Amino acid sequence: MKEKDFAVRVHDLSVAYDMKPVLWDIDLSIPRGKLVAIVGPNGAGKTTLIKVMLGLMKPVSGAVDFGEPMTKKLRKQIAYVPQSGSVDWDFPTTVLDVVMMGRYGHLGWFTRPGKAEKKLALDMLEKVGMQAFASRQISQLSGGQQQRIFLARALIQQADIYFMDEPFKGVDAQTERSLVALLKDLKEQGKTVVVVHHDLQTVEDYFDWVTLINLHVMANGPVKEVFHEENLARTYGGRGLLLKGAQ
Amino acid sequence: MSASAEIQLIAVIVSVSCALPGVFLVMRKMSMMSDSITHTILLGIVIAFFVTHDLRSPILIVGAALMGVITVWLTEILVKSRLVSEDSAIGIVFPLLFSIAIILITRYAGTVHLDTDSVLLGELAFAPFERMIVRGVDIGAKAIYTSGVLLLINLILLIVFYKECKIATFDPMLAAVLGFSPTLIHYGLMSVVSLTAVGAFEAVGSVLVVAFMIGPPVTAYLLTDNLSLMLLFSAGFAALSGVLGYQLATFLDVSIAGSMALTTGLLFAIVFVFAPHRGLISALLRKRKQRREFAGYTLLTHIWHHEGKPEEREENAVATIGKHLRWDEKKLRRTLTPLKANGKVAVVDGVIKITSKGREDYRQFVEQLLS
Amino acid sequence: MEKLFAIFTDYTFQTVALGSALLGLISGVLGSFAVLRRQSLLGDGVSHAALPGVVMAFLLTGIKNTEILLLGALLTGLLATFFIMGIVRHSRIKFDSALALVMSVFFGLGLVLLTYSQKLPNANQAGLNRFIYGQASTLLQRDIVLMGVCGFVLLLFVVLFWKEFKLFSFDPEFAASLGFSTGKLNVLPSFLIVLAIIIGLQTVGVVLMSAMLIAPAVAARQWSHRLWLMVCLAAIFGALSGVIGTLLSSSYAGLPTGPVIVVCVTLIAALSLLVAPRRGILHRIYLRRKTRAYIESEGGGVS
Repeated sequence: MKEKDFAVRVHDLSVAYDMKPVLWDIDLSIPRGKLVAIVGPNGAGKTTLIKVMLGLMKPVSGAVDFGEPMTKKLRKQIAYVPQSGSVDWDFPTTVLDVVMMGRYGHLGWFTRPGKAEKKLALDMLEKVGMQAFASRQISQLSGGQQQRIFLARALIQQADIYFMDEPFKGVDAQTERSLVALLKDLKEQGKTVVVVHHDLQTVEDYFDWVTLINLHVMANGPVKEVFHEENLARTYGGRGLLLKGAQ
Repeated sequence: MSASAEIQLIAVIVSVSCALPGVFLVMRKMSMMSDSITHTILLGIVIAFFVTHDLRSPILIVGAALMGVITVWLTEILVKSRLVSEDSAIGIVFPLLFSIAIILITRYAGTVHLDTDSVLLGELAFAPFERMIVRGVDIGAKAIYTSGVLLLINLILLIVFYKECKIATFDPMLAAVLGFSPTLIHYGLMSVVSLTAVGAFEAVGSVLVVAFMIGPPVTAYLLTDNLSLMLLFSAGFAALSGVLGYQLATFLDVSIAGSMALTTGLLFAIVFVFAPHRGLISALLRKRKQRREFAGYTLLTHIWHHEGKPEEREENAVATIGKHLRWDEKKLRRTLTPLKANGKVAVVDGVIKITSKGREDYRQFVEQLLS
Repeated sequence: MEKLFAIFTDYTFQTVALGSALLGLISGVLGSFAVLRRQSLLGDGVSHAALPGVVMAFLLTGIKNTEILLLGALLTGLLATFFIMGIVRHSRIKFDSALALVMSVFFGLGLVLLTYSQKLPNANQAGLNRFIYGQASTLLQRDIVLMGVCGFVLLLFVVLFWKEFKLFSFDPEFAASLGFSTGKLNVLPSFLIVLAIIIGLQTVGVVLMSAMLIAPAVAARQWSHRLWLMVCLAAIFGALSGVIGTLLSSSYAGLPTGPVIVVCVTLIAALSLLVAPRRGILHRIYLRRKTRAYIESEGGGVS
């Protein structure tokens, strides 16, 4: 693959909390325009990996490469869906407000969101099937609805690359199906979607590229080529075999 | 006994009796509750006074201790409603009760001879004026006996319920399973804290009681993991700050309680900076050592990774490896020099190569990492 | 009625009431952010830590101007915040213990300095301890001007950085992913909160200041689901308690202003927690009863 075919690359990356390594010597290329799953056991460093890619954490060594320097312009091309448990859902604000927060980066300092942002936010809510909830207080949402809101907040960024941290966590089957349809939509538009994913059963259905990590990259490639028992066994240390076999 | 010796004795007894229940407050992450309780006991004292009209009545102590427990209870009701976070709940309850106390004192100033200054700030210097006289014989300052009784109560409770407190603090679930009610122990502890605060505030003032309840235990916490040792160290630090604080106060001719609190803080600061293992200096040194070791392994990894491959000349050359690791000149030199000195790598024709010793070392590191 | 009118036209009352209302307004607004950012008790720590700053400012300059004293308070308040954060960051000591330790030790230092200044020959230190309990009745017109100016600057910052403060209070990590500087947005609100606390010290004192930050915000939160509404309501509740408290304390002898204001604001909070629609405790009890009655009637039908 040529330089241009990569959405993001990671070189010689090591990350540590208090000098205890969580990611060790990671070399990784994520192709443009693909649905990418980052898969691995608990504590494998999946969340850390996307946080480093987003520039939210500093690596001990190595670098993240988007093909251009991290400028304001590039920032606007990167969207992020954090784990929904990371915020206080009793915060006094409405669904529409949370979605509009996704535009704050485009607005910059001092500027307030206006009519255009509001219209855009309503459009995004419609996409995730939540337009009826626009003026609801966020504490009244279910887990699945919270995830949809976070997704809408990322969609409104109109980015090229989306990083999502377990977007299907605590979500009912129907919501999961509609979220996956949205992700496939993004892919059709040529966007890159990187998803930290937990459920091994659905990897083959949902994604076309998979990165297996456990402290180290165990495999990275098209799902059809690398998502097999041997690699899973290496990643999960035996547990993967059982899970795959249960299918 | 001279007045100064008496004051020091009282200071030591009071601060030690504060420090003992303080250990459990710190371990149970309830330090701010002591701040709350030390303020609200004032209301208990005022209300009890309205009942008894006697400032010497033991009912006052009962009232104060009861108010301490009520404070804890009110705070917990607010937290359990899940409308208010724990810190907000504390920050609402104690100013309210304290305000009511101040209003009552001011409004009925003619009948209540309670001075808010002495409650909040305390004055140890006056302690020797009140004497304990038994059958006409002066047997020392009264405060020695009152605070002595307080310490005794604390010590007895601590010895009798040591095991229960320990389990309920470190593993409340286990305590419940074993049949010790964590709630009972919790409120028991809070009663002891209230009682101690009542006994201590006359001498050192309510705000500074917090310093003696939290300061010595936190200092001890930096030195040991063992609960018994922590109690022992806390008592030691408390006694030390009592004596040193008094000396400082007489030297500068300032508030004794204030300078005792200040000494508590200074002792903490010294331990915080110089403590072995957990002190600031040793932590920074250890971190730097770890960072260097870590950088060494990062370098070995990179070399290992690219050795024998076509890009080796570019990736592993002394001149260019820094660029690939995103390291500056200084960091590269600081990492590479000890590796070369220990014979883990060698530079051949400008390219860094791992030696067999480096290879073995690295293999052990990775094995340990992945285990 | 005439008596009431007389109070309202009284110059001292007007000054004190205006000062208390301003304090309530400012602490209501900044307190909302303190509560939402879970920094409620920081106010308690900062206000206690302000005492040595006040006395030190006086000892160094010999001037008893409110501006100078409050500047000293601001410096030690910030220093205490810095120490608390440092202790939490560099050791295994938890936030609450670090807070309790630092604030009580700073307060001890304040007492040491205060007693030291009292022993100085011909030093006119009287009145410094008004910062411990606060003495609204000593507010002068120039104090009100100072509060007004500081309050205006504080509110201006809140309005200018409204969007950023909201985003950062709700989801700091997402804010960072959008490219907003985490450092600036962490320090600025904390700094503003500390400043708001310092302004209030003269009126309600170090012990009661934390209530002025927390109670209006907690009350306002129960009535509103929007941040702007919460902040406005908190400002109104704070200002209202300031005026009512001043009114009560000047109508009845022996009612100290600061504590009466705190009782007012806490009563508003308690009332809000009880009766607020949907969130309120009474409403929830009613819901629970209704559900139980429903289940019982259903259960009765089956058996």
